[in-house]
Amino acid sequence: MLRYILRRLLWAIPTLLLVTFVVYCALRIATNPLASYARSNPRLAKQPAKMAQYIEVNGLWDGPGGYVRGYLKWLTGFVTGDWQPSIKGSRPVWPNLKDALVNSVRLGLVASAVGILVGLTLGVFAALRPGKLRDTVVNTGALIGFSVQPFISAVLLQLLLSVQWSKWFGEPLLPTSGMYPPGHKGFDLFLMLKYMAMPVIVVSIQSVAAYSRYMRASLLDVLSSDYLRTARAKGISERRVLVTHALRNALVPIVTLAALDIGLVVGGLIISEGVFEYPGMGMFFLTAQSNGDFPELMPWMVVITSSVIVFNLLADLAYAWLDPRIRLD
Amino acid sequence: MSAALSVRDLRVSFKTLLGTVQAVRGINFDVEPGEVLGVVGESGSGKSVSFLGIMGLLGRSAVIEGSAKVGDVELVGASPRTMRKVRGSEMAMIFQDPLSALNPVHRVGAQVAEMLLAHQHDMTKAQARARAIELLDIVGIPQPDQRARQYAHEFSGGMRQRVMIAMAIANNPKVLIADEPTTALDVTVQAQILEVIDRIRKEMGTAVVLITHDLGVVARMADRVQVMYAGRVVERGDVHSIFQQPDHPYTRGLLHSLPGLGRERLTPIPGAPPNMLQPPSGCAFRARCAHATEACAGELPELVSVRRTETACVRATELEVIS
Amino acid sequence: MTDTTASTASDASIGVLTESISPRRMALKRYMNNRAAVVSAVVLLVIVLFVALAPFTTRYGINESIYDAEEAPNQFLTPFGKAWFGTDGNGRDLYSRIIFGARVSLLIGLFTGLISVAIGTVVGAFAGLKGGRLDDLIMRMTDIALALPFLVVLVIARGVLENVSWATSVIGESTSVRFTVILLAVFGWMGVARLVRGQVKQLKEREFVEAARALGATTPRIMFRHLLPNAVGQIMVALTLAVVGAITAEATLSFFGWGPDAGSGMTSLGLLIRDSKKAVPPGYWWLVVFPGVFFVILSLCINFIGDGLRDAVDPKMQQEVK
Repeated sequence: MLRYILRRLLWAIPTLLLVTFVVYCALRIATNPLASYARSNPRLAKQPAKMAQYIEVNGLWDGPGGYVRGYLKWLTGFVTGDWQPSIKGSRPVWPNLKDALVNSVRLGLVASAVGILVGLTLGVFAALRPGKLRDTVVNTGALIGFSVQPFISAVLLQLLLSVQWSKWFGEPLLPTSGMYPPGHKGFDLFLMLKYMAMPVIVVSIQSVAAYSRYMRASLLDVLSSDYLRTARAKGISERRVLVTHALRNALVPIVTLAALDIGLVVGGLIISEGVFEYPGMGMFFLTAQSNGDFPELMPWMVVITSSVIVFNLLADLAYAWLDPRIRLD
Repeated sequence: MSAALSVRDLRVSFKTLLGTVQAVRGINFDVEPGEVLGVVGESGSGKSVSFLGIMGLLGRSAVIEGSAKVGDVELVGASPRTMRKVRGSEMAMIFQDPLSALNPVHRVGAQVAEMLLAHQHDMTKAQARARAIELLDIVGIPQPDQRARQYAHEFSGGMRQRVMIAMAIANNPKVLIADEPTTALDVTVQAQILEVIDRIRKEMGTAVVLITHDLGVVARMADRVQVMYAGRVVERGDVHSIFQQPDHPYTRGLLHSLPGLGRERLTPIPGAPPNMLQPPSGCAFRARCAHATEACAGELPELVSVRRTETACVRATELEVIS
Repeated sequence: MTDTTASTASDASIGVLTESISPRRMALKRYMNNRAAVVSAVVLLVIVLFVALAPFTTRYGINESIYDAEEAPNQFLTPFGKAWFGTDGNGRDLYSRIIFGARVSLLIGLFTGLISVAIGTVVGAFAGLKGGRLDDLIMRMTDIALALPFLVVLVIARGVLENVSWATSVIGESTSVRFTVILLAVFGWMGVARLVRGQVKQLKEREFVEAARALGATTPRIMFRHLLPNAVGQIMVALTLAVVGAITAEATLSFFGWGPDAGSGMTSLGLLIRDSKKAVPPGYWWLVVFPGVFFVILSLCINFIGDGLRDAVDPKMQQEVK
């Protein structure tokens, strides 16, 4: 097992390098850092010497060779902790990125937890009586959940719980944006939860839909298997059949999916964060993208990609741990 | 001596999208302690379904009527609690494909121990584990203490089936139902498994029902044989009589269709099994029977003693004269 | 298997099953049993008809105010007789704009879906059949692309295509429908390819492929005449998923302003939802509710149809009659 982990991590490095190189090239073409810099600093743009200096310092040479050199320069800077400051405002990137990461992890974990708990329960509920009313309700509900995209539910919820609520009751039930009221300092759990409530609901809708479908499918599969029949033929209690045999087997693919899902939390909440202006990785990306802020976008991409790779590995490990038939080689 | 398993007028039907399928249409039989009853038939004859139905393993779309008693306990219509008490302790079943029948994520020893702990309430976990290892030894698995900690996929087919048998006999059941236990195994391994079953039945006095479509297996193991077709028993008798003097045209057809030395061509039974959504009136075999007459389309034929076996054929006595 | 009607009568009396149901009819029967799928198909058909017959089914033009501003105020009116769904900031009828918007979105969805399925089927079938290094390579590529957040990948790709000089002349301006279709198709084929590859890998092991090879069939022939016809069911499911995926992707892109926007009042479902965001603080609920609900219903219908198709063609769902 240890050898496998080491081997995967070893493979992860060239993968990460390759992906970041592709991303580097793509982002340079897409955002044109030089032009962005010129836009944000119009006075400096008129001085060719300053611009040439900027190109040299930040490795923004042209042409295939230039891109490779530029990538290597960026890479050395990244690895040594010597990051270029943002184009807009010339701020250090890491503090804001770190805060954004923490906020997104908070939001993502809470929404995932809700999604997993509620979704799995519904999935089990439905699979136990397939074809009956509860199954149809859960299945239909899940499809509706899938169809209600975050940008729709977010806007509708804002309308209902903030604007309309104020019209009916004077005050909004839940705030429309941000993580704390403007100007707030320090950590306040209750306030934070209040502000997180709507984004969590929006993300959870899709999460619950997905997990209830996964669980239903997996459990139905297991319930029709031969070893379930053997388990019943043993005369053990129905509860034991369901938990020790059915659920234990049905959860195996779910855990893998959950691991992959959680890996996507850091970068996957862009829409929800955008609508609610929640200061997480999603907002970070949106702001950086609209500014064409290359020095902010690259580290962001590295964080995302690393997260995906790490959680992919975790998913495989979890699968092997839960299912003895899987050999890791 | 009262029978270990006593079945009267058992009927099993399924509700499906296309209609109601009548899989078992009224069968009667007894199995005595210590004897092996071979149940033979093609796919769709109802041979497996009848026993799955008795055990209550058929699922919600199945309707089971009639009577099936293990000792004094009536199983048809019994409460789930009663069924759970009987399953695994009074009556046990082993299935065709041991790889899919064993839980892939539980260790083998634990699965046998589970069987013990489910019914022997004053056994501790440690005792159950120890007894499980003993059982694995009884069925002939080498190094049982090590192998008990392994998983199903780490065993060969024959070994897996031994594990299934160990599980089934753990609580000394009165009745052991073996549903095609050797079909998924190599021929050489088949003989070993049958030998294990035979040994156990002699040592423990278990009544064994051996369901199979393989006449060779029946010839080797069974004391009595019951031939099923289209949800009915068409012939029954001791194994020698069935093989030497079968009276029912279907049984005769089965024996004739066996490849044998000296026969140049295979002689299968013409036609195909009937549609159980709308079973034919009278004898279900008449569409394929060379001797069918109008009388065969009347009532369902009952088992009647003819020569050395009981046969469900209205023309049996006449045909006896002819043959 | 054909039977003459003469023998059917006498065979029926002795209970022999002579009628065989083709897999296609069995699938259709199963689909029809699924109420949600049938209702969805009908609803979708109605929507498509409304959209296709657009100038007749709409009440005003796409950029036309319901009446001149000089006659009476026309902005942000709540739903009433002259404008069933109310009006927007320019006094335009929301009902008509939803139909026009749906037309754009549906077209994008359809074309992207078809292109994605076309490319994805061929690539997936090829990869599944050939196996080996090529298969590995394609799988790794699609793995990585699908593992990263979809929106991010789309936005970056969009940026790249926008700024590569020769691309815009071929594909079109980044605000054109054509651009959006191509952008979405570039990534849309990957999911289809994986599905088809999986199906082909399964089918490949069956004997009829071995038989075809033994008779000397070449790879393309096996692919087109043997494998794909058997995979048709799965491909149709993949098509519905691709279409709804494309419609959703377009709406998501438009929400952030990265979608098609040709100006002069042109709109898509995504743009309407984007506009609805601004309508929240003042509380103009009709501008938020109607486009959103319409999108959900459209999405839902296609999802139900896909679900129904998947259940209808799935061999595991067949009722066993033994």
